[in-house]
Amino acid sequence: MTTFFAILFYAAFAVLVVGVGLKVAQYARTPAPLKIPTTPAPLTPAGAAFRVGREVTLFESLWKANKPLWLFAMVFHLGLALVLVRHLRYFLEPVWAPPVWSLIVWLQPFGIYGGLAMLAGLAALLVRRVVVQRIAYISGPSDYLMLALLLAIGVSGMMMKMVAHTDIVAVKSFFLGLMVFDIRALPADPLLAVHLFLVALLMLVFPFSKLLHAPGVFFSPTRNQADDPRERRHLAPWAAQLERERN
Amino acid sequence: MAADTKIPAMGDPAERTIPRLQPGAMEQSKPYVAAPAHNEPLGFPGELVPDWQEKGIARMGELLGKYKSLRVFMDICVKCGACTDKCHYFLGTGDPKNMPVARQDLFRSVYRRYFTPAGKALGAMGMGKLVGAREFTKEVLDEWFNYFHQCSQCRRCSVFCPYGIDTAEVSMAARDIMDNIGQGHKYANEIIGKVHKIGNNLGLPGPALIDNLEGLEEDLKDETGLDIRMPVDEEGAEILLVTPSADFFAEPHVLGLMGYAKVFHAAGTSWTISTKATEAANFAMFIGSYDQMQKIAMRIREAALELGVKRIVFGECGHAWRVAYSFLNTLIGPMDFLDPRYPRPQHILEFTHDLIKRGGIRLDKSGNDGMVLTFHDSCNVARASRMGDSAGGQFVIPREVIKACVPKFVDMHPDTIGEKTFCCGGGGGLLTDELMDVRIKGSQPRMEALNDVVKREGVTHMAAICAICKAQFTKVLPTYGFDREMIVSVHQLVSNAIVLGNND
Repeated sequence: MTTFFAILFYAAFAVLVVGVGLKVAQYARTPAPLKIPTTPAPLTPAGAAFRVGREVTLFESLWKANKPLWLFAMVFHLGLALVLVRHLRYFLEPVWAPPVWSLIVWLQPFGIYGGLAMLAGLAALLVRRVVVQRIAYISGPSDYLMLALLLAIGVSGMMMKMVAHTDIVAVKSFFLGLMVFDIRALPADPLLAVHLFLVALLMLVFPFSKLLHAPGVFFSPTRNQADDPRERRHLAPWAAQLERERN
Repeated sequence: MAADTKIPAMGDPAERTIPRLQPGAMEQSKPYVAAPAHNEPLGFPGELVPDWQEKGIARMGELLGKYKSLRVFMDICVKCGACTDKCHYFLGTGDPKNMPVARQDLFRSVYRRYFTPAGKALGAMGMGKLVGAREFTKEVLDEWFNYFHQCSQCRRCSVFCPYGIDTAEVSMAARDIMDNIGQGHKYANEIIGKVHKIGNNLGLPGPALIDNLEGLEEDLKDETGLDIRMPVDEEGAEILLVTPSADFFAEPHVLGLMGYAKVFHAAGTSWTISTKATEAANFAMFIGSYDQMQKIAMRIREAALELGVKRIVFGECGHAWRVAYSFLNTLIGPMDFLDPRYPRPQHILEFTHDLIKRGGIRLDKSGNDGMVLTFHDSCNVARASRMGDSAGGQFVIPREVIKACVPKFVDMHPDTIGEKTFCCGGGGGLLTDELMDVRIKGSQPRMEALNDVVKREGVTHMAAICAICKAQFTKVLPTYGFDREMIVSVHQLVSNAIVLGNND
């Protein structure tokens, strides 16, 4: 089992990093030929960056759109963020950057609440998807599968904390080993196996699914462009080429 | 078609009811397909090409490489549904394919099938549905044609999307692809052809325009006793006025044009209309063609250079102002031949507002006695442009001008104005008679908000700053039981209030 998971995580990590990397490169390279910020928009690039920041941290537009949905999404994403921070302890040596480490230690108990919040948020999102007629209409199999996958990861993780503990010292040793290409034994615990398998699956589907909203939101021209078309001439390379051909 | 339309009920805008889904309710709504005579002058194939599927997919690939918006929007929608109750066409019809995300998915499903690893692999095995991938079949193409012509590209959905996904970008791309395989939209393509050939959407030739403007000068003389001019092709004029051709004769548009003339007269600024650039609107934006849009806009640059003007001012027109404000510098810039002390280009409302603030013109509200005004923010002015120096100036400036002209002004429900304004129902190339059914239903949210202020505040008139809004409301107001003359131009109000002559 140790070898299987070692290979799986190397593969999943590679697919995640390379896949998302390629997508981000593609987004960055594709030109935006016209100024299309949704107005009123900030007048400066710094203002536009701040607007994107608000979208990412506060879900500003979603707040305007739908308050219950904003709440569910916020609860889920904040929960997930806390859970991810809590999990850093499996990948970092205590000696690594002491202030960061003490912050991770301090945040540990909140990670538990984060886990519960994440599950509550996901459950609410799932119920909404099934119950609200409009949302059910636009939901496809992949939308349900994604929620199910995240729920299963959360439930299996919480069960290891609440019901059947696993040998987390060994788990940490396994992952620290992976990072230095030293394969160390992983506890033969079915719950752990399920949890890790699903996490690897999530990493594998990330670059091919709607999870690309995470890197993608930074490249959305309606949000990241400044409203300054009269002051600054905006010209994409292919549009400049077109202009040269005309003249 | 209009006769059969069931007029949607008008409720309280504060407690808007979201309609229950009525699948297929609008599946028959579609515009006329363009004939070869409309397509070929624009360089599009005359009719649907035999290998349209292959060509369409190839064109989609090109657009994905050219437009960051399309590229990113195709991938990042999470189907959260924040947009599902935001489109006026959905609210008015209940057709689920008029929910922005569902409309995008008509396009996205084809993208998934041919441009994503999961869609390609599963699609080849006939399991594309699992990841929302569909073959680009004739049924899908027909669906595109019908439902991408039930989008007015008003961007209301993009305000509420947590990632800023703008359905307008998707519908422009879909229309571009359809044009490139010979499945064009007659109304838009015919009009674009007229602009290339004659210079304006209406196909009004120079002599007819001059004749018409002379008539307006006489009307102004009768009304004011003054020689208020409507100059055409005057070299060396300070300002080139570019205005939607509807302003030359349609009501209430023309009353706005007479208002611009009075403002220029009162300000003592020389100005001119050009017979070359007799159209502010740029319908090429509706069909998503950068190339066509640039060709149309180039007429304005040429006219400005030929006449040697120092400023370009745009008349009241929504999409025109988007192209002017947001795109003109890109399309025909740099505009360094214009006076840098003024915005390049400038909106007529910025011009008038500035005069009012400086005391350059005097206004007498009694000219609009008995009128209670509200203001319809035109979608493309609201969400795709700006006026003045600060964000949101496009909401403040028109209101300040109206308030300076009328005894009473009332805003409609906050969810229906400003950045949340509803489209009039006729934007984006939908202002054609065969689409009357969807136009009437799509105006329901605006009519509901108007009805509310009519009942509560005694509003008598609604002002707008867009040729399409004015034409659309003139048609749909009566179907909701209102007077067609309720819709007025903002500069019509200025025209009624402006004090000419003895200014000392």
